[in-house]
Amino acid sequence: MQTKPHFAFFDEGSKKEIRRATLKAVAIPGYQVPFASREMPIARGWGTGGLQLTLSLIGKKDVLKVIDQGADESVNAVSIKKLVQYTTGVALTDHTAEANIIQSRHRIPEHPLREDQILVLQVPNPEPLRKVDAREYMTKRMHAEDDYSGAWLILFEQIMKYGKMTTGAAHPVYVNGRYVMAPSPIPRFDNPKMYYSDALILLGAGREKKIYAVPPYTNVESLAFEDYPFSKESFKGKQCKLCGAEEVFLDEIINQETGDRTYQCNDTSYCMERLNSAQEKEVESSYA
Amino acid sequence: MGYVAVKGGTKAIEASIDRLKYDRLKGNEIVEINTILATMRTLVDQVMSEASLYAPFLAALAIKQAGGSMEEAVFLLRAHRSTLPRNYYSETVEVEKMFVERRVSASFKDIPGGQFLGATNDYTHRLLDFNLVEESMEDHEQWLAEYKKGLEGINATEIQYFPKVVDYLRAEGLFKTYPLDDTTPKDVTKESIQFPSDRSERLQVLTRGQTGAVTALGYASLRGYGQVHPTIGEVRVGDIPIHVNHPYEKNQDEEDLFYIGEIKVTEVESFVPVPVKKNDRKEELEFEIGYGISFGQNETKAIAMSILDQCLESPHGEFPTHDEEFVLLHIDSVESTGFISHLKLPHYVTFQSKLDSMRQVKKGGKTNAN
Repeated sequence: MQTKPHFAFFDEGSKKEIRRATLKAVAIPGYQVPFASREMPIARGWGTGGLQLTLSLIGKKDVLKVIDQGADESVNAVSIKKLVQYTTGVALTDHTAEANIIQSRHRIPEHPLREDQILVLQVPNPEPLRKVDAREYMTKRMHAEDDYSGAWLILFEQIMKYGKMTTGAAHPVYVNGRYVMAPSPIPRFDNPKMYYSDALILLGAGREKKIYAVPPYTNVESLAFEDYPFSKESFKGKQCKLCGAEEVFLDEIINQETGDRTYQCNDTSYCMERLNSAQEKEVESSYA
Repeated sequence: MGYVAVKGGTKAIEASIDRLKYDRLKGNEIVEINTILATMRTLVDQVMSEASLYAPFLAALAIKQAGGSMEEAVFLLRAHRSTLPRNYYSETVEVEKMFVERRVSASFKDIPGGQFLGATNDYTHRLLDFNLVEESMEDHEQWLAEYKKGLEGINATEIQYFPKVVDYLRAEGLFKTYPLDDTTPKDVTKESIQFPSDRSERLQVLTRGQTGAVTALGYASLRGYGQVHPTIGEVRVGDIPIHVNHPYEKNQDEEDLFYIGEIKVTEVESFVPVPVKKNDRKEELEFEIGYGISFGQNETKAIAMSILDQCLESPHGEFPTHDEEFVLLHIDSVESTGFISHLKLPHYVTFQSKLDSMRQVKKGGKTNAN
């Protein structure tokens, strides 16, 4: 009793429903569109929102890249890639520039994205106002009434208590001057990459059953005050010990024996590409 | 280095999956699907109920594949459900047409039609039966033969259908009679639940709920974190026939519907006294019904569901068991186990981000500029 899965896992009716929600999300930047999130062969909280978007979008000619916390080789990224390839047979890549669909958890790649690429972000908690009110009924109403005083108040209280905004990842953003949106949790470092992005950014929350989007060339601003401006994570004076990159998001690595701290590019494929091109240049110059 | 471990990638995953298979096979025993179907009926029922897919064979397969893990078996069946198109909705089921195996009421000593204990663990003494350590097919056959012999002489000439206990009380005027509401129910698998929710949505989410979660919240309400103290009007377990209509030619005649099979369910109607304000501002007590239903035989869950149904019918700010978002958004097995287990995923980017914030605060930066 062997059965083959349908192309891209879902039946066609399910794909259409997800695409309709996606189109609505693109039409209303930053608005969370409810959708009938399906149960997936991977667990809720492990990227089912992103996976549903990817599977509803993907065609036979697409090239897919999946990263988890910046790494192509991370176990969950590999698991998602395997599932998509098993049900579609599409080509996979680690190179950001080669992919048309990039599914990512918690990072926007360092390599700038293009118009013909779609970035799919996996979202655990899509509601930026959840800390303001636990009830969906109330937060939905706040969005509708453009009432973001709670979101501002959280930041204000942080400044009062600690002297600065203490958000980690998922610093809220204003999209198109209307909706306050949770940017999936990407680090603050990546927030500015959403501003007038060339690529379409889709965000999917499987467990919370929401799809939302940042269309290309949309104004995305991180919430901040005039006298307390938004700031990214600081890696000042630090560089990747492998490729020497600066101005990228770095992983902090602690040497168990010496206790020394070193840094490495978080975006592993970016680091690899830099290393390869540096090597090519070396080879070229030695032949010249 | 801690974080390198998570980058094991393809090879590590394959090795881990092999190890899982090894663990399932190393004991050199095979449990057949039929063995599970024949001997673990209530486990199969529970998996079907939480997965909301009535398919005993597939549920048994899921149990086998999951190595007996309840949450894993439910997960497998739910994921399989996502690959199936929904082609039909069944016609309304009349539970009065149930082929009853078991039917008890706690409200009356005797009920019209009588009480039927059927098969239940309720009156067994929970003593480990060491005779089961070694059973033989011969003993089984002998026992079965004797059991059948005991039934000889009982002639069942016709199937008896039982009226609902509540009908009897309605006739007495103790329950309000509502006009039939034939609004098409919403389908929570096709459209995500929005709040405030419909009763049809609430009942669907409750019946799909994880048995333990539904039981725990029902118990919390009963014990004091809620205002519903029910008496069980009726618990019935049995098979009900399912019919669908022709997809294009809408037949009006009941005889022309297509019979597609029967499902076993547990149905509970709880009687809950609720205070009602009358015109002269005096409070009076009236009975309302809490409704519980579950695929297969799962009486605890169905009873707990009937409590929660009535809790959610009367919202109460003080108790989380009366808050529809609290109850409905946290009882799903696939959702809760998935999100809890996602904590095992690496979080070093988000953690680095938080670390940066905390370090900046410790440095005593007065402004937000780094």
